[in-house]
Amino acid sequence: MNDNIPWWSSETFWKKTAIWVTGFMFVVLVVLTLDTLPKISVGSERVPAYSVINKHIDYVFNDERNIQVPVIGENAPLFGKMLTEEEAEALVTHGKKITQGRNCMGCHTLLGNGSYFAPDLTKAWLDPAWSSEPEREQYMIDFLMNPEENARSFGSGRVMPDLNITEKEAKAVIAFLKWMSSIDTNGFPYNFTVLDREE
Amino acid sequence: MSFEHLNGGQQLAIKYYTVAIGLFVAQILFGLLSGMQYLIPNFMLGLLDFNVTRTVHINAMIIWLLYGFIGSVYWLLEEESQTKIVGLKLGNIAFWVFTIAVAIVVVVFLVVQSGPGDDATRWFINEGREYIEAPRWADIGIVICILVFFYNVAATFSKGQWSGIAGVLTLDLVALAGLYLAGMFYTTNISMDQYWWWWVIHLWVEATWEVLVGCLMAWGLMKTLGVSRKIVTTWLYIEVALMFGSGILGLGHHYFWIGTPEYWLTIGGFFSALEPIPLVAMVVHAVYDSGVKHSKANNHPAFAWLIAHAFGNFFGAGVWGFMHTLPQINLYTHGTQWSASHGHLAFFGAYATIIIAMMYIAAQYARGQSVFDGNLPDGGWKWKWSLGLLNLGVVGMTVALLISGYEQSFIERAVGGSTWYGYFAAQTHPWFVEGMWWRMVFGFVTAAGIVLLVWDLLTIGKSRKAKETLETSAQTA
Repeated sequence: MNDNIPWWSSETFWKKTAIWVTGFMFVVLVVLTLDTLPKISVGSERVPAYSVINKHIDYVFNDERNIQVPVIGENAPLFGKMLTEEEAEALVTHGKKITQGRNCMGCHTLLGNGSYFAPDLTKAWLDPAWSSEPEREQYMIDFLMNPEENARSFGSGRVMPDLNITEKEAKAVIAFLKWMSSIDTNGFPYNFTVLDREE
Repeated sequence: MSFEHLNGGQQLAIKYYTVAIGLFVAQILFGLLSGMQYLIPNFMLGLLDFNVTRTVHINAMIIWLLYGFIGSVYWLLEEESQTKIVGLKLGNIAFWVFTIAVAIVVVVFLVVQSGPGDDATRWFINEGREYIEAPRWADIGIVICILVFFYNVAATFSKGQWSGIAGVLTLDLVALAGLYLAGMFYTTNISMDQYWWWWVIHLWVEATWEVLVGCLMAWGLMKTLGVSRKIVTTWLYIEVALMFGSGILGLGHHYFWIGTPEYWLTIGGFFSALEPIPLVAMVVHAVYDSGVKHSKANNHPAFAWLIAHAFGNFFGAGVWGFMHTLPQINLYTHGTQWSASHGHLAFFGAYATIIIAMMYIAAQYARGQSVFDGNLPDGGWKWKWSLGLLNLGVVGMTVALLISGYEQSFIERAVGGSTWYGYFAAQTHPWFVEGMWWRMVFGFVTAAGIVLLVWDLLTIGKSRKAKETLETSAQTA
């Protein structure tokens, strides 16, 4: 071929570049992954232990970070029962599996990922839709068990279909939602109004 | 119709293309149902709820694109390697296994729909994770079929001859098959779950798939325009360097809000902002080569779809992705119709287009034609109209969804604070609803386009007498 091709446009140069760039970026990704995984493990600062469902969870503006962050408070056991770490894990696990089995992500987003047909569930536990803290647990159970009658559609006419969720399942889903609301999501969702703190 | 004049890989490709088109039609039908559910909230409630129609809509898309890719690689395999495919029988078995598995998964999605919160549900009904909802047994089946495909590709090139395209393609398939494994485990920790889930989704769609279509583009330009192999191969390497150079760490733009550390805001924002660069390179490459060759293509529909791919990839994946990739913006757009807008134009522009181009190349040879040029018996109105309608339909949906997305990011996110009330305030706002109506209108335009496309692919070149000797490609190896 043409010998006058400058080095920077030669096939060999770009072949080597492609290999080195790909290899380097992949190594960097692996290193970052090794750093990230412990930081998002359950029980870490950003992703609390499952027993956090025994506590009061809030989402408060942090001046230093300039975003809202989850704040873990006093004891506030879910459904009035303090759970051990194992019991909490079992309950949250059951809840997560139900959300997958019922394909909740087919309508909702979780941590902002999923579908856009229904509200984001990241901070659903803290949502003012549940009226007040004392009423929240029962309203959530009622909603999940009979979403068509207890619809929270705010005039949209869009209702959640009845997914035949039992009370036991509803409680597990709520445990999962409560735990998920404690994850530090770097301020997502932004400007969120927490239940009982509407001004 | 007889395909005996085609080589083994090409015959297998025709099978993959046939299923791909069937699933493409299904994707659009279920997309129409999902779109309708935004407008008529109780439409099919309790029968086919939105989570069912939407799941079929997006899974049909992923699978038809995979079928299209596999078909396209099988189509070029023997020609590129200059030898017969090594495991044709195995390839045929894998095709039927894959197809039966897909059929079962779709039936289960439609009929069983969901299950209790136990492991059996995830193994046999629905995994409940967007894009990879397929139950675990099907995951394993997919991996096996992809491994058979990989074996056929790698072993055939090893037996015959390697080329730049062959090398990139084979290494890319290793990554593609390997990454799927990252999505095949259960964890209750949703941050960890989504961390690895994005390895599959992002590193497929924004890295390995992009490189795969880079290979198809290189081959397609040689085939339709007769561009020199040296030029397309050099461009391919440039694209791979830029694609993986930006796309691998661009993964970080999915790690802004899932519990991952704050440094991902910087890394993800920076590298994903670079992701459009390789797509610019692809446009330059395609347009420059077309200019050099005076756009004298031997297959007009395929060439038109290749150009649609170059621009669709740049606008859909590049521009529409860039628009909301910086965390400062993404905070307000993440999980809104912005994502849907981007998704529609990107998947269509980057992937559907090039597979359609490859299908037209296949149709040309399958029907024994040396050219698909301006002298097609009917003036080629069907391919021209389907090209126009499909592109207009998807661009229309994209713009409509974007308008709804803008409204959502203001009303729901910035003002409403993302509460349920804020969400529904946005969903009922006239600007949002109007966007959704326009999306529906353009959805039907897209549907009209697919009807014409299927009709055209079934008939193009059929009425012309096949040339006894097919012209070989004008490539200069």
